[in-house]
Amino acid sequence: MKHAQTLAQKIIAKASAKDAVVPGEIVNCAVDLAMFHDSSGPRRLDPWLKELGAKIWDKNKVVLVLDHYVPARDADSEQIVQITRKVAQEWKLPHVIDSEGICHVVLPERGHLRPGLFCVGGDSHSPTGGAFGCYMFGIGATEMLGVVVTGEIWLKVPQTLQMNWSGKLQKGVCAKDMALHMIATLGMNGGQYQAVEFAGSAVKALGMQERMTLSNMSAELGAQAGLIAADEITKDYLMGVGVRPEQMEDLDWWHTDEGAQVSSWNFDASHLAPQVAAPHSPANTKDVGEHVGQRIDVAYIGACTGAKLEDLRAAAQVLKGQKISSSVKLMVAPASLRDQEQAQREGVMQSLLEAGAVLLPNSCGACAGYGASFDEGQTVISSTARNFKARMGPASVQVFLGSPWTVAASALRGVISDVREVLA
Amino acid sequence: MNNLNSIKPSRVWKFGSQIDTDTLAPGAYMKYSIDVIAKHVLESVRAEFASEVQPGDVMVAGPGFGVGSSREQAAGVLVHLGVKAVIAPSYSGLFFRNAFNLGLLLLTCPRAEELQDAELVLLSGQRLQKANGEPLECEPIPAFLMDMVEHKGLMNVLKLKMKNT
Repeated sequence: MKHAQTLAQKIIAKASAKDAVVPGEIVNCAVDLAMFHDSSGPRRLDPWLKELGAKIWDKNKVVLVLDHYVPARDADSEQIVQITRKVAQEWKLPHVIDSEGICHVVLPERGHLRPGLFCVGGDSHSPTGGAFGCYMFGIGATEMLGVVVTGEIWLKVPQTLQMNWSGKLQKGVCAKDMALHMIATLGMNGGQYQAVEFAGSAVKALGMQERMTLSNMSAELGAQAGLIAADEITKDYLMGVGVRPEQMEDLDWWHTDEGAQVSSWNFDASHLAPQVAAPHSPANTKDVGEHVGQRIDVAYIGACTGAKLEDLRAAAQVLKGQKISSSVKLMVAPASLRDQEQAQREGVMQSLLEAGAVLLPNSCGACAGYGASFDEGQTVISSTARNFKARMGPASVQVFLGSPWTVAASALRGVISDVREVLA
Repeated sequence: MNNLNSIKPSRVWKFGSQIDTDTLAPGAYMKYSIDVIAKHVLESVRAEFASEVQPGDVMVAGPGFGVGSSREQAAGVLVHLGVKAVIAPSYSGLFFRNAFNLGLLLLTCPRAEELQDAELVLLSGQRLQKANGEPLECEPIPAFLMDMVEHKGLMNVLKLKMKNT
Protein backbone atom coordinates (compact mmCIF):
# COMPACT_ATOMS: atom_id res chain seq x y z
CA MET A 1 0.00 0.00 0.00
CA LYS A 2 1.20 3.48 -0.80
CA HIS A 3 2.32 5.60 2.12
CA ALA A 4 -0.32 7.94 3.49
CA GLN A 5 0.41 11.52 2.38
CA THR A 6 -0.77 14.98 3.30
CA LEU A 7 -2.43 17.23 0.74
CA ALA A 8 0.69 19.42 0.76
CA GLN A 9 2.94 16.42 0.06
CA LYS A 10 0.75 15.28 -2.82
CA ILE A 11 0.81 18.67 -4.56
CA ILE A 12 4.55 19.16 -4.01
CA ALA A 13 5.34 15.62 -5.19
CA LYS A 14 3.46 16.30 -8.41
CA ALA A 15 5.11 19.71 -8.89
CA SER A 16 8.59 18.25 -8.29
CA ALA A 17 7.89 15.18 -10.46
CA LYS A 18 8.58 12.75 -7.62
CA ASP A 19 6.60 9.75 -6.42
CA ALA A 20 6.64 11.07 -2.88
CA VAL A 21 8.31 13.78 -0.81
CA VAL A 22 9.16 13.89 2.90
CA PRO A 23 8.99 16.91 5.22
CA GLY A 24 12.34 18.69 5.45
CA GLU A 25 13.46 17.62 1.98
CA ILE A 26 14.42 20.47 -0.36
CA VAL A 27 12.92 20.08 -3.83
CA ASN A 28 12.57 22.09 -7.02
CA CYS A 29 8.99 22.57 -8.14
CA ALA A 30 7.50 23.48 -11.50
CA VAL A 31 5.16 26.45 -11.09
CA ASP A 32 1.64 26.10 -12.52
CA LEU A 33 0.69 29.73 -11.97
CA ALA A 34 2.49 32.92 -10.96
CA MET A 35 0.51 35.96 -9.85
CA PHE A 36 1.93 39.42 -9.20
CA HIS A 37 0.56 42.94 -8.83
CA ASP A 38 1.42 46.53 -9.64
CA SER A 39 3.75 46.88 -6.66
CA SER A 40 5.64 43.59 -6.80
CA GLY A 41 5.37 42.94 -10.56
CA PRO A 42 6.35 44.72 -13.78
CA ARG A 43 7.97 47.81 -12.26
CA ARG A 44 10.50 45.55 -10.54
CA LEU A 45 10.67 42.60 -12.98
CA ASP A 46 10.95 44.43 -16.31
CA PRO A 47 14.33 46.13 -15.75
CA TRP A 48 15.76 42.89 -14.36
CA LEU A 49 14.50 40.80 -17.29
CA LYS A 50 16.12 43.31 -19.65
CA GLU A 51 19.37 43.17 -17.69
CA LEU A 52 19.33 39.36 -17.92
CA GLY A 53 18.20 39.33 -21.55
CA ALA A 54 15.52 36.87 -20.43
CA LYS A 55 11.85 36.37 -21.22
CA ILE A 56 8.87 35.07 -19.26
CA TRP A 57 8.88 31.28 -19.34
CA ASP A 58 5.16 30.90 -20.04
CA LYS A 59 2.84 33.90 -20.34
CA ASN A 60 -0.25 31.76 -20.05
CA LYS A 61 0.79 30.86 -16.52
CA VAL A 62 1.12 34.47 -15.40
CA VAL A 63 -1.64 36.70 -14.00
CA LEU A 64 -1.06 40.42 -13.41
CA VAL A 65 -3.44 42.33 -11.14
CA LEU A 66 -3.44 46.11 -10.66
CA ASP A 67 -4.74 46.62 -7.12
CA HIS A 68 -2.18 48.34 -4.86
CA TYR A 69 -1.65 51.72 -6.53
CA VAL A 70 -5.06 52.09 -8.17
CA PRO A 71 -6.75 54.45 -8.34
CA ALA A 72 -3.53 56.48 -8.33
CA ARG A 73 -3.53 59.11 -5.59
CA ASP A 74 -0.43 61.04 -6.63
CA ALA A 75 2.08 61.43 -9.45
CA ASP A 76 4.43 58.72 -8.14
CA SER A 77 1.62 56.17 -7.90
CA GLU A 78 0.34 57.19 -11.35
CA GLN A 79 3.79 56.54 -12.77
CA ILE A 80 3.86 53.03 -11.25
CA VAL A 81 0.43 52.30 -12.75
CA GLN A 82 1.48 53.61 -16.18
CA ILE A 83 4.67 51.54 -16.17
CA THR A 84 2.66 48.46 -15.19
CA ARG A 85 0.19 48.92 -18.04
CA LYS A 86 2.93 49.65 -20.58
CA VAL A 87 4.95 46.59 -19.60
CA ALA A 88 1.84 44.38 -19.65
CA GLN A 89 1.34 45.40 -23.29
CA GLU A 90 4.99 44.89 -24.19
CA TRP A 91 4.94 41.44 -22.64
CA LYS A 92 1.59 40.71 -24.33
CA LEU A 93 0.26 39.22 -21.13
CA PRO A 94 -3.01 37.37 -21.75
CA HIS A 95 -4.24 37.66 -18.15
CA VAL A 96 -4.34 41.22 -16.82
CA ILE A 97 -6.96 42.35 -14.31
CA ASP A 98 -6.84 46.12 -13.97
CA SER A 99 -8.65 48.02 -11.21
CA GLU A 100 -11.34 45.36 -10.84
CA GLY A 101 -10.43 44.10 -7.40
CA ILE A 102 -7.79 42.65 -5.13
CA CYS A 103 -5.52 39.96 -6.56
CA HIS A 104 -6.41 37.18 -4.10
CA VAL A 105 -10.11 37.63 -4.79
CA VAL A 106 -10.09 38.18 -8.55
CA LEU A 107 -7.71 35.26 -9.18
CA PRO A 108 -10.21 32.54 -8.20
CA GLU A 109 -13.22 34.46 -9.53
CA ARG A 110 -11.64 34.24 -13.01
CA GLY A 111 -11.18 30.48 -12.63
CA HIS A 112 -7.38 30.54 -12.33
CA LEU A 113 -7.20 28.34 -9.22
CA ARG A 114 -8.15 24.71 -8.76
CA PRO A 115 -7.17 21.76 -6.59
CA GLY A 116 -3.71 20.28 -7.04
CA LEU A 117 -2.06 23.34 -8.63
CA PHE A 118 1.28 24.63 -7.40
CA CYS A 119 1.18 28.45 -7.42
CA VAL A 120 3.18 31.43 -6.25
CA GLY A 121 2.11 35.02 -5.72
CA GLY A 122 4.05 38.25 -5.34
CA ASP A 123 2.12 39.11 -2.20
CA SER A 124 2.14 37.76 1.34
CA HIS A 125 -1.56 36.91 1.35
CA SER A 126 -1.09 34.45 -1.49
CA PRO A 127 -1.94 31.50 0.81
CA THR A 128 -5.55 32.60 0.13
CA GLY A 129 -5.40 30.30 -2.89
CA GLY A 130 -5.10 27.33 -0.53
CA ALA A 131 -8.87 27.52 0.02
CA PHE A 132 -9.18 25.95 -3.43
CA GLY A 133 -6.89 23.05 -2.59
CA CYS A 134 -3.87 24.43 -4.37
CA TYR A 135 -0.48 24.97 -2.78
CA MET A 136 0.00 28.71 -3.06
CA PHE A 137 2.46 30.92 -1.21
CA GLY A 138 3.87 34.44 -1.28
CA ILE A 139 7.33 35.38 -2.53
CA GLY A 140 9.28 38.61 -3.02
CA ALA A 141 9.98 40.31 -6.34
CA THR A 142 13.49 38.94 -6.84
CA GLU A 143 12.31 35.41 -6.22
CA MET A 144 9.46 36.08 -8.67
CA LEU A 145 12.12 37.00 -11.21
CA GLY A 146 13.62 33.54 -10.69
CA VAL A 147 10.19 32.00 -11.25
CA VAL A 148 9.34 33.91 -14.41
CA VAL A 149 12.76 33.16 -15.89
CA THR A 150 12.99 29.46 -14.98
CA GLY A 151 9.39 28.40 -14.26
CA GLU A 152 10.67 26.77 -11.09
CA ILE A 153 11.15 27.46 -7.40
CA TRP A 154 12.81 25.63 -4.51
CA LEU A 155 10.84 24.52 -1.51
CA LYS A 156 11.47 22.79 1.79
CA VAL A 157 8.71 20.20 2.03
CA PRO A 158 6.56 21.32 4.97
CA GLN A 159 5.00 19.40 7.79
CA THR A 160 1.25 19.80 8.09
CA LEU A 161 -0.45 21.42 11.07
CA GLN A 162 -4.06 20.38 10.92
CA MET A 163 -6.57 22.80 12.45
CA ASN A 164 -9.66 20.75 13.23
CA TRP A 165 -12.77 22.80 13.89
CA SER A 166 -15.72 20.87 15.30
CA GLY A 167 -19.15 22.28 16.19
CA LYS A 168 -21.15 25.06 14.59
CA LEU A 169 -20.47 28.80 14.61
CA GLN A 170 -22.98 31.06 16.35
CA LYS A 171 -24.81 33.69 14.32
CA GLY A 172 -22.51 36.67 13.86
CA VAL A 173 -19.33 34.64 14.33
CA CYS A 174 -17.38 33.79 11.20
CA ALA A 175 -14.14 32.67 9.57
CA LYS A 176 -12.38 35.89 10.55
CA ASP A 177 -13.02 35.12 14.21
CA MET A 178 -11.71 31.58 13.72
CA ALA A 179 -8.57 32.97 12.07
CA LEU A 180 -7.92 35.55 14.79
CA HIS A 181 -8.48 32.91 17.47
CA MET A 182 -5.94 30.56 15.88
CA ILE A 183 -3.40 33.38 15.58
CA ALA A 184 -3.92 34.26 19.26
CA THR A 185 -3.48 30.60 20.21
CA LEU A 186 -0.43 29.79 18.08
CA GLY A 187 1.16 33.24 17.68
CA MET A 188 2.27 35.02 14.53
CA ASN A 189 5.09 32.55 14.00
CA GLY A 190 3.09 29.55 15.21
CA GLY A 191 2.75 28.19 11.71
CA GLN A 192 6.56 27.97 11.56
CA TYR A 193 6.41 28.34 7.78
CA GLN A 194 4.86 24.89 7.49
CA ALA A 195 1.57 24.04 5.78
CA VAL A 196 -1.59 24.46 7.83
CA GLU A 197 -4.70 22.64 6.77
CA PHE A 198 -8.17 23.65 7.93
CA ALA A 199 -10.56 20.78 8.46
CA GLY A 200 -13.57 19.61 10.42
CA SER A 201 -17.31 20.16 10.28
CA ALA A 202 -17.18 23.90 11.00
CA VAL A 203 -14.77 24.43 8.09
CA LYS A 204 -16.80 22.22 5.75
CA ALA A 205 -19.86 24.32 6.57
CA LEU A 206 -18.20 27.51 5.29
CA GLY A 207 -18.76 28.96 1.83
CA MET A 208 -15.77 29.45 -0.47
CA GLN A 209 -15.14 33.09 0.42
CA GLU A 210 -15.22 32.34 4.13
CA ARG A 211 -12.73 29.53 3.51
CA MET A 212 -10.60 32.07 1.64
CA THR A 213 -10.53 34.22 4.79
CA LEU A 214 -9.10 31.29 6.78
CA SER A 215 -6.46 30.55 4.15
CA ASN A 216 -5.72 34.27 3.74
CA MET A 217 -4.79 34.69 7.39
CA SER A 218 -2.47 31.69 7.29
CA ALA A 219 -0.03 34.47 6.51
CA GLU A 220 -0.56 36.00 9.96
CA LEU A 221 -0.24 32.50 11.41
CA GLY A 222 3.28 32.36 9.94
CA ALA A 223 2.46 29.39 7.71
CA GLN A 224 3.73 29.04 4.16
CA ALA A 225 0.42 27.73 2.87
CA GLY A 226 -3.11 27.36 4.25
CA LEU A 227 -4.92 24.48 2.60
CA ILE A 228 -8.51 23.26 2.54
CA ALA A 229 -9.36 20.02 0.74
CA ALA A 230 -11.86 20.39 -2.07
CA ASP A 231 -15.44 19.20 -1.69
CA GLU A 232 -18.80 19.80 -3.33
CA ILE A 233 -18.80 23.46 -2.26
CA THR A 234 -15.44 23.93 -3.97
CA LYS A 235 -16.71 22.13 -7.05
CA ASP A 236 -19.83 24.29 -7.27
CA TYR A 237 -17.76 27.47 -7.00
CA LEU A 238 -15.32 26.31 -9.67
CA MET A 239 -18.12 25.34 -12.05
CA GLY A 240 -19.60 28.80 -11.47
CA VAL A 241 -16.39 30.52 -12.58
CA GLY A 242 -15.95 28.44 -15.70
CA VAL A 243 -13.57 25.68 -14.65
CA ARG A 244 -14.32 22.75 -16.96
CA PRO A 245 -15.35 19.36 -15.56
CA GLU A 246 -12.33 17.65 -17.15
CA GLN A 247 -10.07 20.01 -15.16
CA MET A 248 -11.62 18.66 -11.97
CA GLU A 249 -11.60 14.95 -12.67
CA ASP A 250 -9.00 14.24 -9.99
CA LEU A 251 -10.69 16.47 -7.39
CA ASP A 252 -11.13 13.64 -4.88
CA TRP A 253 -7.42 12.83 -4.87
CA TRP A 254 -6.44 16.22 -3.42
CA HIS A 255 -6.93 15.61 0.28
CA THR A 256 -4.84 14.42 3.22
CA ASP A 257 -4.90 10.63 3.48
CA GLU A 258 -6.12 8.91 6.60
CA GLY A 259 -3.07 8.14 8.73
CA ALA A 260 -0.80 10.75 7.13
CA GLN A 261 1.52 12.37 9.61
CA VAL A 262 0.15 15.69 10.85
CA SER A 263 0.21 17.62 14.10
CA SER A 264 -3.33 18.41 15.13
CA TRP A 265 -4.97 21.33 16.87
CA ASN A 266 -8.57 21.05 17.95
CA PHE A 267 -11.00 23.95 18.22
CA ASP A 268 -14.68 24.15 19.04
CA ALA A 269 -16.62 26.56 16.83
CA SER A 270 -19.76 26.43 18.99
CA HIS A 271 -18.15 28.29 21.87
CA LEU A 272 -16.21 30.82 19.85
CA ALA A 273 -17.08 34.45 20.65
CA PRO A 274 -16.43 37.25 18.14
CA GLN A 275 -12.70 38.02 18.31
CA VAL A 276 -10.96 41.39 18.37
CA ALA A 277 -7.21 42.01 17.95
CA ALA A 278 -5.97 45.09 19.79
CA PRO A 279 -3.11 47.25 18.45
CA HIS A 280 -0.49 46.43 17.17
CA SER A 281 -0.59 42.72 16.35
CA PRO A 282 -3.14 40.22 15.05
CA ALA A 283 -1.87 37.88 17.78
CA ASN A 284 -3.08 40.39 20.37
CA THR A 285 -6.56 38.89 20.11
CA LYS A 286 -9.18 38.38 22.81
CA ASP A 287 -12.93 37.79 22.96
CA VAL A 288 -14.83 40.93 21.91
CA GLY A 289 -16.05 41.30 25.51
CA GLU A 290 -12.58 42.55 26.51
CA HIS A 291 -12.98 45.56 24.24
CA VAL A 292 -16.69 46.31 24.27
CA GLY A 293 -17.20 50.05 24.79
CA GLN A 294 -13.89 51.09 23.23
CA ARG A 295 -14.64 54.34 21.38
CA ILE A 296 -13.84 54.34 17.64
CA ASP A 297 -13.52 57.05 14.98
CA VAL A 298 -13.47 54.88 11.89
CA ALA A 299 -14.98 51.52 10.93
CA TYR A 300 -13.30 50.02 7.87
CA ILE A 301 -14.60 47.14 5.79
CA GLY A 302 -11.97 46.37 3.20
CA ALA A 303 -9.24 44.12 1.83
CA CYS A 304 -8.95 40.58 0.54
CA THR A 305 -9.43 39.45 4.13
CA GLY A 306 -12.63 41.28 4.94
CA ALA A 307 -14.59 42.83 2.06
CA LYS A 308 -15.61 39.94 -0.18
CA LEU A 309 -19.27 39.38 -1.06
CA GLU A 310 -19.88 37.22 2.02
CA ASP A 311 -18.27 39.92 4.20
CA LEU A 312 -20.46 42.64 2.66
CA ARG A 313 -23.55 40.50 3.20
CA ALA A 314 -22.62 40.06 6.87
CA ALA A 315 -22.21 43.81 7.38
CA ALA A 316 -25.52 44.47 5.60
CA GLN A 317 -27.36 42.05 7.87
CA VAL A 318 -26.29 44.19 10.81
CA LEU A 319 -26.86 47.58 9.19
CA LYS A 320 -29.99 47.06 7.09
CA GLY A 321 -32.56 49.74 7.94
CA GLN A 322 -30.25 51.32 10.53
CA LYS A 323 -28.01 54.39 10.70
CA ILE A 324 -24.43 54.28 11.89
CA SER A 325 -23.36 56.36 14.88
CA SER A 326 -22.85 60.04 14.03
CA SER A 327 -19.41 59.90 15.66
CA VAL A 328 -18.13 57.20 13.30
CA LYS A 329 -17.03 57.19 9.69
CA LEU A 330 -17.80 53.85 8.00
CA MET A 331 -15.78 53.07 4.88
CA VAL A 332 -16.45 50.12 2.60
CA ALA A 333 -13.99 49.06 -0.11
CA PRO A 334 -15.49 45.94 -1.76
CA ALA A 335 -12.73 43.45 -2.56
CA SER A 336 -13.78 43.05 -6.18
CA LEU A 337 -15.97 44.75 -8.74
CA ARG A 338 -17.87 41.49 -9.34
CA ASP A 339 -18.55 41.14 -5.63
CA GLN A 340 -19.72 44.74 -5.48
CA GLU A 341 -22.02 44.26 -8.48
CA GLN A 342 -23.51 41.11 -6.99
CA ALA A 343 -23.94 42.96 -3.67
CA GLN A 344 -25.77 45.68 -5.58
CA ARG A 345 -28.11 43.13 -7.15
CA GLU A 346 -28.88 41.70 -3.72
CA GLY A 347 -29.56 45.11 -2.15
CA VAL A 348 -26.53 44.64 0.11
CA MET A 349 -24.73 47.76 -1.13
CA GLN A 350 -27.91 49.78 -0.71
CA SER A 351 -28.24 48.68 2.93
CA LEU A 352 -24.64 49.72 3.62
CA LEU A 353 -24.87 53.08 1.85
CA GLU A 354 -28.22 53.98 3.40
CA ALA A 355 -26.76 53.22 6.80
CA GLY A 356 -24.13 55.89 6.10
CA ALA A 357 -21.19 53.99 4.57
CA VAL A 358 -18.78 55.74 2.23
CA LEU A 359 -17.92 53.61 -0.81
CA LEU A 360 -14.25 53.28 -1.75
CA PRO A 361 -12.64 51.76 -4.88
CA ASN A 362 -12.12 48.01 -5.40
CA SER A 363 -8.48 47.98 -4.38
CA CYS A 364 -6.14 47.34 -1.46
CA GLY A 365 -6.68 50.90 -0.25
CA ALA A 366 -5.85 51.68 3.35
CA CYS A 367 -4.99 48.06 4.17
CA ALA A 368 -1.71 48.10 2.26
CA GLY A 369 -0.90 51.56 3.61
CA TYR A 370 0.52 52.46 0.19
CA GLY A 371 -1.74 55.44 -0.32
CA ALA A 372 -4.99 56.15 1.45
CA SER A 373 -4.65 55.82 5.19
CA PHE A 374 -6.08 56.98 8.49
CA ASP A 375 -5.42 60.27 10.24
CA GLU A 376 -3.20 61.09 13.19
CA GLY A 377 -4.59 59.77 16.46
CA GLN A 378 -7.61 57.94 15.01
CA THR A 379 -8.97 54.75 16.53
CA VAL A 380 -10.11 52.27 13.91
CA ILE A 381 -11.91 48.95 13.84
CA SER A 382 -11.07 47.14 10.65
CA SER A 383 -11.97 43.90 8.88
CA THR A 384 -8.44 43.74 7.38
CA ALA A 385 -5.61 41.35 8.30
CA ARG A 386 -2.86 43.40 9.96
CA ASN A 387 -2.74 46.11 12.58
CA PHE A 388 1.01 46.66 12.76
CA LYS A 389 2.06 50.02 14.14
CA ALA A 390 2.21 52.64 11.37
CA ARG A 391 0.97 50.24 8.66
CA MET A 392 -2.32 51.96 7.91
CA GLY A 393 -1.32 55.51 8.80
CA PRO A 394 0.76 57.46 11.31
CA ALA A 395 2.20 55.56 14.31
CA SER A 396 -0.45 57.21 16.50
CA VAL A 397 -3.28 55.36 14.71
CA GLN A 398 -4.77 52.57 16.83
CA VAL A 399 -6.17 49.74 14.72
CA PHE A 400 -8.36 47.01 16.18
CA LEU A 401 -9.14 44.02 13.95
CA GLY A 402 -12.47 42.23 13.85
CA SER A 403 -14.89 40.50 11.53
CA PRO A 404 -17.16 42.44 9.16
CA TRP A 405 -20.00 41.58 11.58
CA THR A 406 -18.08 43.18 14.44
CA VAL A 407 -17.02 46.21 12.36
CA ALA A 408 -20.63 46.82 11.30
CA ALA A 409 -21.97 46.43 14.86
CA SER A 410 -19.29 48.81 16.14
CA ALA A 411 -20.10 51.38 13.43
CA LEU A 412 -23.72 51.23 14.53
CA ARG A 413 -23.01 51.91 18.19
CA GLY A 414 -19.90 54.08 17.89
CA VAL A 415 -17.97 51.78 20.18
CA ILE A 416 -16.61 48.25 19.78
CA SER A 417 -19.64 46.02 20.19
CA ASP A 418 -20.61 42.37 20.43
CA VAL A 419 -22.59 41.75 17.24
CA ARG A 420 -24.53 38.95 18.93
CA GLU A 421 -26.17 41.56 21.18
CA VAL A 422 -26.93 43.82 18.21
CA LEU A 423 -28.56 40.94 16.30
CA ALA A 424 -30.49 39.70 19.33
CA MET B 1 41.60 28.16 13.35
CA ASN B 2 39.23 28.39 16.31
CA ASN B 3 38.78 32.10 16.60
CA LEU B 4 37.97 34.81 14.16
CA ASN B 5 40.40 37.38 15.53
CA SER B 6 41.61 38.40 12.12
CA ILE B 7 38.06 39.52 11.27
CA LYS B 8 36.95 43.10 11.80
CA PRO B 9 34.44 43.02 14.66
CA SER B 10 30.84 43.99 13.97
CA ARG B 11 28.80 46.31 16.15
CA VAL B 12 25.47 44.94 17.38
CA TRP B 13 22.24 46.92 16.94
CA LYS B 14 19.67 45.28 19.15
CA PHE B 15 15.92 45.15 18.49
CA GLY B 16 12.90 43.47 20.06
CA SER B 17 10.82 40.56 18.84
CA GLN B 18 8.40 40.43 15.88
CA ILE B 19 10.04 43.30 14.00
CA ASP B 20 7.67 43.50 11.02
CA THR B 21 8.17 44.32 7.35
CA ASP B 22 6.10 47.47 7.62
CA THR B 23 8.49 48.80 10.26
CA LEU B 24 11.48 47.90 8.08
CA ALA B 25 9.98 49.30 4.86
CA PRO B 26 7.03 51.59 5.71
CA GLY B 27 4.19 51.41 3.17
CA ALA B 28 4.00 55.15 2.59
CA TYR B 29 7.53 55.08 1.07
CA MET B 30 7.11 51.87 -0.94
CA LYS B 31 6.56 53.85 -4.12
CA TYR B 32 10.08 55.25 -3.90
CA SER B 33 13.50 53.77 -4.62
CA ILE B 34 15.44 51.76 -2.04
CA ASP B 35 17.66 54.68 -0.93
CA VAL B 36 14.57 56.67 0.06
CA ILE B 37 12.90 53.75 1.85
CA ALA B 38 16.19 53.09 3.67
CA LYS B 39 16.01 56.55 5.30
CA HIS B 40 12.83 55.44 7.05
CA VAL B 41 13.88 51.93 8.09
CA LEU B 42 12.73 51.16 11.64
CA GLU B 43 11.85 54.82 12.24
CA SER B 44 8.82 53.94 14.36
CA VAL B 45 10.96 51.91 16.81
CA ARG B 46 14.49 53.36 16.63
CA ALA B 47 14.76 56.56 14.62
CA GLU B 48 18.57 56.97 14.77
CA PHE B 49 19.29 53.57 13.22
CA ALA B 50 19.00 54.65 9.58
CA SER B 51 21.53 57.46 9.90
CA GLU B 52 23.96 55.86 12.36
CA VAL B 53 24.31 52.24 11.23
CA GLN B 54 27.68 51.55 9.59
CA PRO B 55 28.50 49.04 6.86
CA GLY B 56 29.61 45.80 8.52
CA ASP B 57 27.33 46.25 11.56
CA VAL B 58 24.96 43.44 12.50
CA MET B 59 21.41 43.45 13.81
CA VAL B 60 20.27 41.28 16.70
CA ALA B 61 16.60 40.69 17.37
CA GLY B 62 14.09 38.52 19.15
CA PRO B 63 11.95 35.83 17.52
CA GLY B 64 9.83 36.41 14.42
CA PHE B 65 12.04 38.94 12.65
CA GLY B 66 10.48 40.08 9.36
CA VAL B 67 6.88 39.03 9.92
CA GLY B 68 4.24 40.48 7.63
CA SER B 69 4.39 41.48 4.01
CA SER B 70 6.16 39.92 1.01
CA ARG B 71 7.84 43.27 0.22
CA GLU B 72 11.49 42.35 -0.20
CA GLN B 73 12.44 45.99 0.32
CA ALA B 74 12.26 45.06 4.03
CA ALA B 75 15.47 43.08 3.45
CA GLY B 76 16.67 45.37 0.65
CA VAL B 77 17.01 48.40 2.94
CA LEU B 78 19.32 46.44 5.25
CA VAL B 79 21.48 45.37 2.29
CA HIS B 80 21.48 48.99 1.08
CA LEU B 81 22.75 50.20 4.47
CA GLY B 82 25.51 47.57 4.50
CA VAL B 83 24.15 45.44 7.36
CA LYS B 84 26.38 42.34 7.40
CA ALA B 85 23.86 39.96 8.95
CA VAL B 86 20.79 39.66 11.09
CA ILE B 87 21.03 37.37 14.13
CA ALA B 88 17.75 36.18 15.65
CA PRO B 89 16.20 33.01 17.09
CA SER B 90 13.60 32.83 14.28
CA TYR B 91 12.37 34.62 11.17
CA SER B 92 9.26 34.90 9.07
CA GLY B 93 9.70 32.22 6.39
CA LEU B 94 8.85 34.65 3.61
CA PHE B 95 11.33 37.24 4.87
CA PHE B 96 13.95 34.48 5.18
CA ARG B 97 13.65 33.66 1.49
CA ASN B 98 13.66 37.34 0.46
CA ALA B 99 16.79 38.10 2.51
CA PHE B 100 18.88 35.36 0.90
CA ASN B 101 17.52 36.26 -2.54
CA LEU B 102 19.01 39.72 -1.97
CA GLY B 103 22.23 38.35 -0.50
CA LEU B 104 21.49 39.22 3.13
CA LEU B 105 22.77 36.66 5.64
CA LEU B 106 20.31 35.63 8.36
CA LEU B 107 21.75 33.61 11.22
CA THR B 108 19.25 31.58 13.19
CA CYS B 109 20.76 31.69 16.66
CA PRO B 110 18.82 30.43 19.70
CA ARG B 111 21.06 32.51 22.01
CA ALA B 112 20.82 35.70 19.94
CA GLU B 113 19.18 37.67 22.69
CA GLU B 114 22.21 37.23 24.99
CA LEU B 115 23.94 39.76 22.81
CA GLN B 116 23.69 43.37 23.94
CA ASP B 117 23.34 46.61 22.07
CA ALA B 118 26.70 48.05 20.91
CA GLU B 119 28.51 44.79 21.82
CA LEU B 120 31.07 43.59 19.29
CA VAL B 121 30.83 40.19 17.59
CA LEU B 122 33.00 38.31 15.13
CA LEU B 123 31.36 36.87 12.07
CA SER B 124 32.80 34.95 9.13
CA GLY B 125 30.66 32.88 6.80
CA GLN B 126 28.19 31.15 9.10
CA ARG B 127 30.52 31.28 12.11
CA LEU B 128 29.62 33.65 14.90
CA GLN B 129 31.59 34.44 18.07
CA LYS B 130 31.34 36.88 20.91
CA ALA B 131 34.29 39.29 21.11
CA ASN B 132 35.85 37.12 23.86
CA GLY B 133 35.96 34.19 21.45
CA GLU B 134 32.97 32.29 22.81
CA PRO B 135 31.19 30.66 19.85
CA LEU B 136 27.45 31.13 19.33
CA GLU B 137 25.83 28.13 17.66
CA CYS B 138 23.61 28.90 14.68
CA GLU B 139 21.45 26.60 12.59
CA PRO B 140 23.38 25.41 9.53
CA ILE B 141 22.43 27.15 6.29
CA PRO B 142 22.18 25.05 3.10
CA ALA B 143 25.05 25.56 0.64
CA PHE B 144 22.82 26.97 -2.12
CA LEU B 145 21.67 29.76 0.20
CA MET B 146 25.23 30.59 1.31
CA ASP B 147 26.03 30.68 -2.39
CA MET B 148 23.40 33.41 -2.80
CA VAL B 149 25.02 35.42 0.01
CA GLU B 150 28.43 35.07 -1.64
CA HIS B 151 27.07 36.19 -4.99
CA LYS B 152 25.12 39.04 -3.36
CA GLY B 153 21.75 37.65 -4.37
CA LEU B 154 19.69 35.59 -6.79
CA MET B 155 20.06 38.13 -9.61
CA ASN B 156 23.78 37.42 -9.89
CA VAL B 157 23.20 33.68 -9.55
CA LEU B 158 20.73 33.86 -12.45
CA LYS B 159 23.25 35.85 -14.50
CA LEU B 160 25.85 33.14 -13.98
CA LYS B 161 23.33 30.42 -14.84
CA MET B 162 22.33 32.16 -18.06
CA LYS B 163 25.96 32.69 -19.05
CA ASN B 164 26.60 28.98 -18.64
CA THR B 165 23.65 27.79 -20.73
